Amino acid sequence: MASKILMPKLSPTMEEGQISRWLKKEGDEVQANETIAEVDTDKATMEMTALESGVLLKILVPEGGTAKLGQVIGIIGQKGEDISQLLADTVETATSPETSVSAADSSKDGEKAKVKEAEKTESVAVKSGNGFETAVAEKEAEETDRIFVSPIAARMAAEHGIDLRSIKGSGPGGRIIKRDIEAALARVATLEVAQPVPTEVPVSLPFTPQREALYREETTTQMRRTIAKRLVQSIGPIPTFYLTIEIEMDKAIEFRQQINSTVGEDEKVSLNDIIVKTAAMALMKHPFVNSSYRDDKIRFYEDADIGVAVAIEDGLITPVVRQANKKGILQISREIKELAARAREKKLQPEEYTGATFSISNLGMYGIKQFTAIINPPEAAILAVGSATPTPVVRDGSVTVRNIMHVTMSCDHRVIDGATGARFLQTFKQMLENPILMVV
Amino acid sequence: MAEMTMRDALNQALREELARDERVFIMGEEVAQYEGAYKVTRGLWREFGDKRVIDTPISELGFAAIGVGAAMAGLRPVIEFMTWNFSILAADQIINHAAKMLYMSGGQFNIPIVFRGPNGSAYQVSSQHSQALEAMYANFPGLKVVMPSTPADAKGLLKSAIRDDNPVIFLEQERMYGMKGEVPEDEDFTIPLGVADVKRQGKDCTIVARSLTVPLALQAAEKIEKEFGVSCEVVDPRTIKPLDIETIVKSVKKTNRLVIVEESHQFCGVAAEITAQVTEKAFDYLDAPIKRISSAEAPMPYAKNLEAAALPDVPKIIEAVKEVCYL
Repeated sequence: MASKILMPKLSPTMEEGQISRWLKKEGDEVQANETIAEVDTDKATMEMTALESGVLLKILVPEGGTAKLGQVIGIIGQKGEDISQLLADTVETATSPETSVSAADSSKDGEKAKVKEAEKTESVAVKSGNGFETAVAEKEAEETDRIFVSPIAARMAAEHGIDLRSIKGSGPGGRIIKRDIEAALARVATLEVAQPVPTEVPVSLPFTPQREALYREETTTQMRRTIAKRLVQSIGPIPTFYLTIEIEMDKAIEFRQQINSTVGEDEKVSLNDIIVKTAAMALMKHPFVNSSYRDDKIRFYEDADIGVAVAIEDGLITPVVRQANKKGILQISREIKELAARAREKKLQPEEYTGATFSISNLGMYGIKQFTAIINPPEAAILAVGSATPTPVVRDGSVTVRNIMHVTMSCDHRVIDGATGARFLQTFKQMLENPILMVV
Repeated sequence: MAEMTMRDALNQALREELARDERVFIMGEEVAQYEGAYKVTRGLWREFGDKRVIDTPISELGFAAIGVGAAMAGLRPVIEFMTWNFSILAADQIINHAAKMLYMSGGQFNIPIVFRGPNGSAYQVSSQHSQALEAMYANFPGLKVVMPSTPADAKGLLKSAIRDDNPVIFLEQERMYGMKGEVPEDEDFTIPLGVADVKRQGKDCTIVARSLTVPLALQAAEKIEKEFGVSCEVVDPRTIKPLDIETIVKSVKKTNRLVIVEESHQFCGVAAEITAQVTEKAFDYLDAPIKRISSAEAPMPYAKNLEAAALPDVPKIIEAVKEVCYL
């Protein structure tokens, strides 16, 4: 039997995907698990594989076209199979208000008035040809306000982080029952293994970084909660403030030269590699900066997994150097080179660019002297690193030239206070100005 | 092991306990010379004599009271009600005296008494003779309530009941007296009160049944397995009070679904109690509302077809299982 190919969830934050290339044409034979298309997500270009073998009967979203998660992008089946009904379904569910309204009607008696009203809204929306999707979404939201779910199904969904709204219940009155969750989990399992096409309802799972750093959690104090609440009321979900410090980089530059004089050409480390290492070491001394604010808890990470912002062709991605506090500068350097190269090719896997505990953005190479970066939640801070520039400074009463670098840390005030952030930057500065301190 | 009827298994238990402990005696209507209305006491009067197996007048309150007094004086009476329907006449002695004596005497008087006899429906004996009274007795603190479903359980549980130092309501079933099964002949064979038995292993749905409904549940489970591929676990609590809720909860945690089958009425019944306890202890494991099958909310009709319609049966159990399994 022919079945629909739906846009799968290929990245943790993906809401829609763009077909960058179909690797199969209509009429081509397709094997299960064979790559059939490349999809640009918000993060990377991912391969989409077929869930079943058959013939690609119809492409509904052409190359360059965009589809929302779960939207039908093609149809797979047996050669010569009649797919008119499937196509009609697809078209109807997408465009015909009557269909969806009558379906709603049969499941809900005594709500005729409401349905009629919805009908009215929808036909208006359809005529205008715009905002139709909003109207449908609103109506659906209203209908699914109350989810009926058996206790064990609810518990399983919570344990696996499944959004119950993404599941259609097969029990009486649409009750979501255990077998619905099991079916959803089976689909997700396939999705995780082969990233193929989900066959029915797409399930949205909150993304769990596969290699999150170990952490301990402490219940937030009332004062900390109040600070958090007041600050959020004042300036938004992440009340950010900025701390800038000047760092004399001469010793770090010398340190870099010493390292590079002992290694081969392709192993040379950058100043940024040293900054990453230094930040990781400083974070170990300032747990509040290497943390995450989670309402009733603050999560303190035991390792520093540093996200390093990398500019790529049409955006930005932050591959993560895991446990940078435990790695040598050479290793950090190697990893960053390798991750950055693959980032530029858009070949990073989700676990390689999520779950950092702290991030660093360095625009020094662009000659930027000083800037502020935006925190990548749920991290508590990000460090914006400017260029190290020869600058006249006063030392021991006379003017001399030193390489001065400005760094600005954006801090989540819910967890980092001014003094906490300042102390971290002091340590960071001391270590960079005297790299020997990193091993003390 | 020997194959025997439930009647003979009960008889064997009584004989062994009469022989084992001379404080044990049996009293009731026609238990001695007539050898019991259902022949459960066959041969015992001849073997143990007038002092150990005693015929009484038709006077339930009177002989129940003699039993309670004898227990206070240190004997271990087994009081037979010809059917449990007649125990209602003796309810004052059972509920107000036997159940409360230990408490009200400040622990001075244990009442090691067993009240036993057939409970529930028989064959067209109509409203006043078909009642299942376990919920009523289980409601009172101080009484243990036992309901065997196999000859072996009947023997092992009755011996434990007689050896127990507290009043035990021992509920047999007239329709089951002729049911055969393997019974251990070991005189030390007992089954502890308050321990459930899983009569059939399964993984998709738990059926809690007791007494007469256990064989019905087992038949239903076989059919369901064959017809729908659904595997039912049948749990027999055997003792209603104290109730082995842990075994039931363990099973429900495995299957996520529960059907309870009983011969008594539903309102304020044992199934209602089990339902409440399971939702307290295993709410997060349920995939469907718990389903109860009980006798109709009506006095038992005399007409054969109506009697059958009022009672739980295999098709009703199958329907309930299908419902909780969303089939």
